[in-house]
Amino acid sequence: MKLKNTEDLNALKAQSLKLIETRRVADTVTSKNTQGLKHVMVCGGPGCHSSGSPGIAERLEEELNQRGLSEQIKVFQPGCFGFCEKGPMIEIHPDNVTYCEVSADDVATIVEEHFIQGKQVEHLLYMDPNTKERFASNIPFYDGQLRIALRNVGHIAPENIFEYIAADGYQALSQVLFNMTPLDVIDVLKDSGLRGRGGAGFPTGVKWEFTRKSQADQRYIICNADEGDPGAFMDRSVLEGDPHSVLEAMIIAGSTIGASEGFIYVRAEYPAAIHRLKIAIAQAREYGLLGKSILGSDFSFDIELKYGAGAFVCGEETALIHSIEGARGEPTVKPPFPAQKGLWGKPTCVNNVETLANIPAIILKGADWFASIGTEKSKGTKVFALAGKVNNVGLVEVPMGTTLRQIIFNIGGGIKQHKTFKAAQTGGPSGGCIPTKYLDSPIDYESLAAIGSMMGSGGLIVLDEDDCMVNIAKYFLEFTMDESCGRCTACRVGTKRLYEILTKITEGKGTLEDLENMEKLCHIIKDTALCGLGQSAPNPILSTLKYFRDEYVAHIVDKTCPAGVCQSLLKYEITDKCVGCTLCVKKCPMSCISGSTKKRHVIDQERCLKCGACMEQCRVIGAIIRH
Amino acid sequence: MCDSASPNKFAQKLDDYIDSLTYKKENLIGILHYAQEIYGYLPDNVQWHIAQKLDIPSATVYGVVSFYSFFTMVPRGEHVVNICTGTACFVRGAEKLKDELENQLKIKAGETTPDNLFTLETLRCVGACGLAPVMIVDGKVHGRMHEAQAINEVLAKYRPES
Amino acid sequence: MDIQLTINDIPLTVPEGTSILDAARTVNIDIPTLCHLKLNEMHYNNNIASCRVCVVEVEGRRNLASSCSTPVASGMVVKTDSLRAIQARRAMVELLLSDHPKSCLTCAKNMDCDLRALAAELGVRAISYEGAESEFEIDQSSSSIVRDPNKCIRCRRCETMCNEVQTVGVYSAVGRGFETVVKTAFNLPLNQTACTFCGQCLAVCPTGALTELDQVDKVWKALNDPNQFVVVQTAPAVRVALGEEFDLEPGTIVTGKMVAALRRLGFDRVFDTDFAADLTIMEEATELVHRIKHGGRLPLLTSCCPAWVKFFEHQFPDLLDIPSTCKSPHEMLGVLTKSYYAKTLGIDPKTITVVSVMPCVAKKYEAARPELAQGAETADVDIVITTRELARMIREASIHFDHLKDQEFDHPLGESTGAAVIFGATGGVLEAALRTAYEVLTGETLEKVEFEALRGMDGIKEAVIPIAGRDYRIAVIHGLGNARTVLEKIQAGESNYDVIEIMACPGGCIGGGGQPYHHGNMEILKARASAIYREDRAKPLRKSHENLAIIGLYKDFLGEPYGKKAHQLLHTSYTARKKI
Ligand SMILES: Cc1cc2nc3c(=O)[nH]c(=O)nc-3n(C[C@H](O)[C@H](O)[C@H](O)COP(=O)(O)O)c2cc1C
Ligand code: SF4
Ligand code: SF4
Ligand code: SF4
Ligand code: SF4
Ligand code: SF4
Ligand code: SF4
Ligand code: SF4
Ligand code: SF4
Ligand code: FES
Ligand code: FES
Ligand code: FES
Repeated sequence: MKLKNTEDLNALKAQSLKLIETRRVADTVTSKNTQGLKHVMVCGGPGCHSSGSPGIAERLEEELNQRGLSEQIKVFQPGCFGFCEKGPMIEIHPDNVTYCEVSADDVATIVEEHFIQGKQVEHLLYMDPNTKERFASNIPFYDGQLRIALRNVGHIAPENIFEYIAADGYQALSQVLFNMTPLDVIDVLKDSGLRGRGGAGFPTGVKWEFTRKSQADQRYIICNADEGDPGAFMDRSVLEGDPHSVLEAMIIAGSTIGASEGFIYVRAEYPAAIHRLKIAIAQAREYGLLGKSILGSDFSFDIELKYGAGAFVCGEETALIHSIEGARGEPTVKPPFPAQKGLWGKPTCVNNVETLANIPAIILKGADWFASIGTEKSKGTKVFALAGKVNNVGLVEVPMGTTLRQIIFNIGGGIKQHKTFKAAQTGGPSGGCIPTKYLDSPIDYESLAAIGSMMGSGGLIVLDEDDCMVNIAKYFLEFTMDESCGRCTACRVGTKRLYEILTKITEGKGTLEDLENMEKLCHIIKDTALCGLGQSAPNPILSTLKYFRDEYVAHIVDKTCPAGVCQSLLKYEITDKCVGCTLCVKKCPMSCISGSTKKRHVIDQERCLKCGACMEQCRVIGAIIRH
Repeated sequence: MCDSASPNKFAQKLDDYIDSLTYKKENLIGILHYAQEIYGYLPDNVQWHIAQKLDIPSATVYGVVSFYSFFTMVPRGEHVVNICTGTACFVRGAEKLKDELENQLKIKAGETTPDNLFTLETLRCVGACGLAPVMIVDGKVHGRMHEAQAINEVLAKYRPES
Repeated sequence: MDIQLTINDIPLTVPEGTSILDAARTVNIDIPTLCHLKLNEMHYNNNIASCRVCVVEVEGRRNLASSCSTPVASGMVVKTDSLRAIQARRAMVELLLSDHPKSCLTCAKNMDCDLRALAAELGVRAISYEGAESEFEIDQSSSSIVRDPNKCIRCRRCETMCNEVQTVGVYSAVGRGFETVVKTAFNLPLNQTACTFCGQCLAVCPTGALTELDQVDKVWKALNDPNQFVVVQTAPAVRVALGEEFDLEPGTIVTGKMVAALRRLGFDRVFDTDFAADLTIMEEATELVHRIKHGGRLPLLTSCCPAWVKFFEHQFPDLLDIPSTCKSPHEMLGVLTKSYYAKTLGIDPKTITVVSVMPCVAKKYEAARPELAQGAETADVDIVITTRELARMIREASIHFDHLKDQEFDHPLGESTGAAVIFGATGGVLEAALRTAYEVLTGETLEKVEFEALRGMDGIKEAVIPIAGRDYRIAVIHGLGNARTVLEKIQAGESNYDVIEIMACPGGCIGGGGQPYHHGNMEILKARASAIYREDRAKPLRKSHENLAIIGLYKDFLGEPYGKKAHQLLHTSYTARKKI
């Protein structure tokens, strides 16, 4: 059924509202209790999915069916709730109860206790690890968060366009098509202060304006869904949890800049996102929201999916364009910018998933509303994939200007196992490490850049005392070295040389001269590399050198790894606590432990591999020590 | 060699797919995805065939295949074991997991066991960072893989009953 | 629109779209480059911006800009000589050298290598960033080209040249990261690909990664073999380029000195491929007339360029019946030497070694084609060396080339007309053919022998020339990409040409892959072309059919042009080949 005008859309919205009335969806609908109808939302996000949420949903349906409750209680699998650490999670509406770490075996209990007896299943409620207090709702993890890009994620069923429409979906599009000129849209975006969430933070309104102004017979919109930052899954969660918001924003972009075709370049590693996008596109076409004369207007637009094939550099916009054209994903020099000369030589606007997801909300609620959130130069919110040594791994969306401390210690619940925070890594392979002293600096584009890191796409990895900063730098360099497209000298050879020097240092073979050379090379690569990948590849080294130089020096001069990570620098020794049980002797792959039964054993340091097998084996505490 | 992925076996299917596309050369990457799906890998003669069909140099096809890590030119084992080496997994012990898998499977990442049962590979982040470190077998994610025992149990599920 | 900017404090105005590199050149600042190559007249532009040695400082920019690929902007303030830029440039060369064999002493390109020269210019005295070096196999599979990817700097000039200009598509960048290198499909040896051996890739390769297969030693060996009668022949394009190897101005004609040098090197006879060029005109013109008379397939395509021959064998196997069946001139001269001339001298052809000095690397491959031989043991031509290799021999023999007194070619296979000389430039073959065809067909004397419409660097030139009441529609093409365009038209039945000249190398043989390296300077090619036409004008005879030695050859030995004997010795056939 094609929607032929705004009235059709509104009618459909009115009809669909009942689908989500039971729930609290963003701030459109506040949950009302509609005749005992309940919705059980089983998180279908990547984390919960991996730890078995589909099985839980299935069991729930069976169980409810058996008990004859399936008419009253409906099960849904929306996108990520954000609190992935405690997954699989389920949320029950309108009761406003959240259960954590649910397993399929808990289903019977939930049905029995929650639905039949009407009481909460205590042991599945979130427990604050410090106060031991249980929470059915208002879990501290969500304090201080504000969901704009993620407004629908976790709240609506992503494979059902009616739910999206009920949640104000495609209203912004209808506004743009019938009540606004393209210049109005550009003005709203410019006034809102929205900046690209793909990393560089370029003002989105300005980019749209550039593309619109480029003379051409055809223009294109590309949604960059390549999300290559290792350890980040913001865009994935949006695509899986709220695909229509991305489509809607692309259609708006198309009508604003004068494009009739759009592409979503999505990584092949995200099959679930691809699946959801395919469904969403088909539905949008069915309802006349994509294709010819959208909503009966004279604007036509369609979207095609394009798949990546495992190349981080294809997140860079010019490389991405070449990849869509069927070529090797090698970047080219800018200018010309894609806005001038992009896909097949035509002006092309490339926007990140999260950037796009913000746009319908901005159109509906206005530039002022959006601009009132955040800091002076960075408006709105930012989604982070919080991971690493933090208690609450998950997806968080916070207003710009929130401090790292708030994110890591309040939302994130602090460091795992009460260890000491060492640094936060933001910006992925292009970013840097932020030490303790900057925990209170606000997160926005400028502040992060000022302390030698960058916003990047939103990966936020927390490191603790057990992480060796030289090793972390080496990890990122290995990544950029592997992912370098190989086109330009600076990056093709340069990142390899940086990696080699770091390897030398972690093996205890580095010299202070190497350190100096490496630093020099870092600056030269930043200065000369062709694209953003190479230009930012040295950042992890430079920022760790800036804040953790002593760790480098320890590796080089003292030949020790203070965090105890770099294997070659470790030393295993058997102390006088040894009882001579010979267990370790049998495990040592080098057969370099000697000693007679019931006597203290010794390790031949020359031959020892530092594999740690002996220590793992020894039953006597303190008999083998590592230092 | 009469291996199961004999490149001509699916030629018709591949040709039909290519014929169904409006844009052909521009869809090279999509076509390669499709070909890899049906052949399991992209041997030289399949690449050559695609080049002929699209009327582009085979060197160009080879250049593209060799660029993207998703494409493989050697057949994979029956089960593909991937280790996530994304940052979140890395700081939570992906290296150890990799060592352990290499140890248990007696192959290095990038290789296939002699009995063709497992291929070990690495990838970067599947979005299950909360479960770090994770390994992915045939697309299924297994999280919190810290212990040798747990890893062994996962692998056992894919081994034929003996 | 003009753009104003300053470079090193010099104000200048250049047209919009000019690169910083080109803008700087207008004020005599030559920023070093490695990957960049822009040959406007050939429509060849390698703007990959991969080497990063051309970086300059642009005020207000966070990082350095590659001048070859950054267009000027109004009010731009550029510094090309700041310490920052110089250090970065040096670092780029050091990084390249850190993954490069340090074997300049023995490298075939050493004196012509842009990388080595740049390292010297920048005063690189140490390589600060050493580490792992690539280890690729060296490809010596073909008889024309040696590929040593270890010396490749990934400038991708070869790729652009082969794929875009020649449209052969042999190369692609392969792999990713440090492992990236330019390779063939599936890493096949070059002789198993559709490579035409035109040598244009090696002509533009800035390093020793692509070089010709060196045959100099084979020549020395033949010269030192008392049982061999060694005959040498030189192609028309060699005499206008060889001088460059001895620091003479491009375009200097050194025919006489070249002949003298060849005698000093010990060749028993010094013949001129031009003789066979005149012969080719006789055969080809007759073939054309024959086809027209007997309703044969048109257009007739020239076949004197072996790279072009291999190109159509791979790319247009369905059109094998339209090229002329004439062998290329040096092959004709080779077979005549071993038949006609051997008979005159009364020696066994097996004791004759024919060496061709060619501007071309494809001719090395061609000489090894099995059908271009009389029996398994007597190839028509035994060894082919390039202009560059001849120069090396002359240097090796310590001959003061520029002091040599001019000498003449030997008789009779050294006689030639101006028509033969112009074979060396694009358009020359057809111009020569027209001079003969006109007189043969009309019986009148052609007063104006110069056909300006066929000269110049345009990729595809067309003309309609009325001769004896018939309009001849002719085309002249150089560069294989241009050839493809026209061949596709023929394939589609959209062309109505009668005869087409095709040369693989842009500019024709003067721009051949075996010529002294032009390093991207188009003026050199233009100077060679004008020398060719000067040489033509200086010849007393300028029409092939006036060549007395040719007339004698037909009378004494061959019989009729395009006759039975001529067919047996001077014509060949083609083979359909696979596209890889
Ligand atoms: C090496 C590299 C990788 C990138 N990866 C991504 C990515 O995965 N996703 C993304 O949206 N942008 C990525 N970008 C940024 C894009 O080039 C581009 O700036 C962005 O998609 C523009 O969208 P925005 O203005 O909405 O941020 C990357 C840039 C570089 C240099
Ligand atoms: S900086 Fe790296 S990724 Fe970017 S073009 Fe150069 S080699 Fe490729
Ligand atoms: S660390 Fe490994 S190699 Fe060294 S002694 Fe222990 S078991 Fe043996
Ligand atoms: S296992 Fe421990 S106690 Fe036993 S011999 Fe080894 S070090 Fe000593
Ligand atoms: S290619 Fe150039 S730099 Fe390399 S060895 Fe040869 S002369 Fe030296
Ligand atoms: S250039 Fe230097 S290294 Fe080379 S031969 Fe001369 S002196 Fe020796
Ligand atoms: S010789 Fe000619 S055809 Fe062969 S690879 Fe080089 S440019 Fe291509
Ligand atoms: S082979 Fe030569 S021309 Fe080709 S990329 Fe390498 S250095 Fe450049
Ligand atoms: S144009 Fe001349 S130099 Fe070039 S390949 Fe042909 S014959 Fe050789
Ligand atoms: S995946 Fe379930 S909360 Fe993130
Ligand atoms: S880093 Fe391994 S799943 Fe994200
Ligand atoms: S010459 Fe400019 S980057 Fe190579």
